[in-house]
Formats: sequence, structure tokens, C-alpha cells
Amino acid sequence: MQTLDQELHFQSRIDNEEKIEPRDWMPEAYRHTLVRQISQHAHSEVVGMLPEGNWITRAPSLKRKLALLAKVQDEAGHGLYLYAACETLGVERADLIDQLLSGKAKYSSIFNYPTLTWADMGAIGWLVDGAAIMNQVPLCRCSYGPYARAMVRVCKEESFHQRQGYEILLTLCRGTAVQKEMAQDALNRWWWPSLMMFGPNDSDSEHSEQSMKWKIKRISNDDLRQKFVDITVPQAEYLGLTVPDKDLKYNEETGHYEFGKINWDEFWQVVKGHGPCNRERMEARIKAHEDGAWVREAAMAYSEKQKSKNQKVA
Amino acid sequence: MKDWPLYEIFIRSKNGLSHKHVGSLHAADAEMAIENARDVYTRRMEGVSIWVVDSREITASNPAEQDALFDPAESKIYRHPTFYDVPEEVRHM
Ligand SMILES: [Fe+2]
Ligand SMILES: [Fe+2]
Repeated sequence: MQTLDQELHFQSRIDNEEKIEPRDWMPEAYRHTLVRQISQHAHSEVVGMLPEGNWITRAPSLKRKLALLAKVQDEAGHGLYLYAACETLGVERADLIDQLLSGKAKYSSIFNYPTLTWADMGAIGWLVDGAAIMNQVPLCRCSYGPYARAMVRVCKEESFHQRQGYEILLTLCRGTAVQKEMAQDALNRWWWPSLMMFGPNDSDSEHSEQSMKWKIKRISNDDLRQKFVDITVPQAEYLGLTVPDKDLKYNEETGHYEFGKINWDEFWQVVKGHGPCNRERMEARIKAHEDGAWVREAAMAYSEKQKSKNQKVA
Repeated sequence: MKDWPLYEIFIRSKNGLSHKHVGSLHAADAEMAIENARDVYTRRMEGVSIWVVDSREITASNPAEQDALFDPAESKIYRHPTFYDVPEEVRHM
């Protein structure tokens, strides 16, 4: 009975737009949902460094290399803000990492696609970071304080990511015919996976309704996706590129673009581990974690040695 | 120990302002926590000074006792300037 009262009180706090802080009472399911969502988000930031890391050494100029390095470093930071926010819910970082490396935890399936040409760096910044921004801006108002604060930091950094990507494509589109073709090819490959980043249709989204009630989620998958399409199609037109969707058309009456059917079979295949790069990504993460083990241990041993030295002196 | 100890990070964004909590990170010791905080939280000149505190050293009030702790202040409106009537004609107060 007491829990029921507590739950009603909790919901009324949420309804009043109060923020929930780590040591406040919260329903177990709220805690669980947040741990799952925030850790998945953190894993996505970390795995998301791999497709772009692939091109750092081959960036076409020093300026592009600096920008890409800075962007990838930002993504590492995003992962860290998010892991830290997740840990305020009483979980340990090491356990979260284990869940990722054992394949128990998911990360955004967009990062299981390969980066075949330099134009992919443009398409990722423009479309993938663009979709991420669309998802993350409403999360700045999420009911859980530490998650909302982490999102504010992340969003401040994201806009440079998208702009540098768009600039890469703009340069290619104003270049030779071959360069423009490369940009078009990147758009062809990244368009649909980017639309899938918003998750299943509202009618098929299992966690959506409760998350909306708890104000973890503020805008539905389909609404966010529509917003993304409406904003992005004119940007593609400005580049002189064609969005790879023959059903795409502007509806004068609604003021929105209508777009074709998303291949959800492909989406679920990638989620279940059968995307083009799932194995490669996990292998890279596991190797990085294992190769770093001695560094983590040595740093701790050094710090303990310093401590005991200082104690002797004192 | 599975993880390095957790440190809470406080940053003074510019002189004249207090340090403000910005988040946390793991580090082997306090010096490393400062170096990592520099890389994680001040990549865009967000700060001029960093404090790091071992999270275990923080004692926090209990939110369940919020009422007992903060209610007494609610009835002490005489601590606020608007509790006192000063005629309009009196300036600069
Ligand atoms: Fe990010
Ligand atoms: Fe980003």
C-alpha cells in the first residue's frame, strides 16, 4: 500500500514538472527504464567513434583532420557524461561496460554500417548527428535531473558536428562530377538508416507510452522522424542531391513531406546483430578494453604506492 | 576494485563566480581526476579553476527528510526584506 501512495506521489511530482534527483524515491521500473536507456545512449556514443575513427588518418586536409579528431573526442566525452549520469542510479560503470562487451546491451544500430568513402564523414555529421540532435533536444527536459543535465552539455557540442558534416558535403557537391557522385552515394546509403534512428513506429514501440507518462520521453518516434524529414529534405536540395525515396513528396495542405515505407526487417536484422559491421564493432571495443586493462591496473597501483609513500613521510 | 574511484567535479567558469558541480568521473587519484576533468569538462574554455572531490567524502542530506530540514525556514519570512514596510518616500533601501 505504501508503494502505491509513493507511486502516486511520484507521478504527481512528474506531472508538476518537478525534476527527480538521484536520492529521491522512484519506482523500480522508472530506475530500470533509465538505466537501460542512458546506458544504451552511452554505449552508442562510444561505439559511434569507430565509423568516423576509420577516416581520421585519411582526412583530405589538416583542417578536416582537426575537425574530425575534435568531433570524435567530443563523442568520447558524451559517452562519459552519460555513463556518469547512469551511475547516479546505483549501477557500476564496470557492469555497464560488461553488458556492452558481452552483447547483452544494445547501442544505436546506425553504427553498424560501414564508412566506405570520405563523403560518409559528411553524411554522418549531417544526417546521423542531425538525427541525434533531434532526439536529444527534448531529452534536455527529461524528468531525471542528471540525464537532463548531461543532455544539455551534449546538445551544446552537437551543432558543430552537424555543421562540419554538411560543409564536407557542400564542398564535395561544388567539386568535380566524381566528388558530387561520391556525395550522392553517401546520401543513398545513410538516408534510410538515419530515419531508422528514431526507432520503430509509435504503434510498435514497446516502451514509449510509459516513458511519455514519466516524461523521460517528450516527443514520439514518428513525430521526431517527421520533423527530421521536414528539416532535412530542403538541405539535401540545397546540396543538389536527390533523397533516395521515390515516394517522397511535399504535401501543401499539411505542410509536411510524405515519405516511403521504412524497411523494418532490415532494422530488426541489424538490431539482432546481423548488420554489416556488428561483429567488427564489438571486436574493436573488446580489443580496446582488454588492451587497456594493464594501464588501468598500473595507474591504480601507482596511486596506491604514492599514497603509502606520503603516509610514511607524514 | 572494479572501477577507479569516483570523483565529483566542480568548475569555476570565471573569476568572481563560485565553483559549480558539473558532473563526475573515475580516476586513479585526485591529480588524474583534475587532468581528466580538464579534458572532459573544459574543452571549450568552460573554466578557469577545477576542484575534484572523492565522492565518498561527500555527506548529503536525505531527501526523505527534506520537510524536517527545510520546513522551519518556510515560516521565517522575517528573514526576507519584503517582510518590512518602508514608506515609498524613503529612497535607496
Ligand atoms: Fe554525441
Ligand atoms: Fe555528435
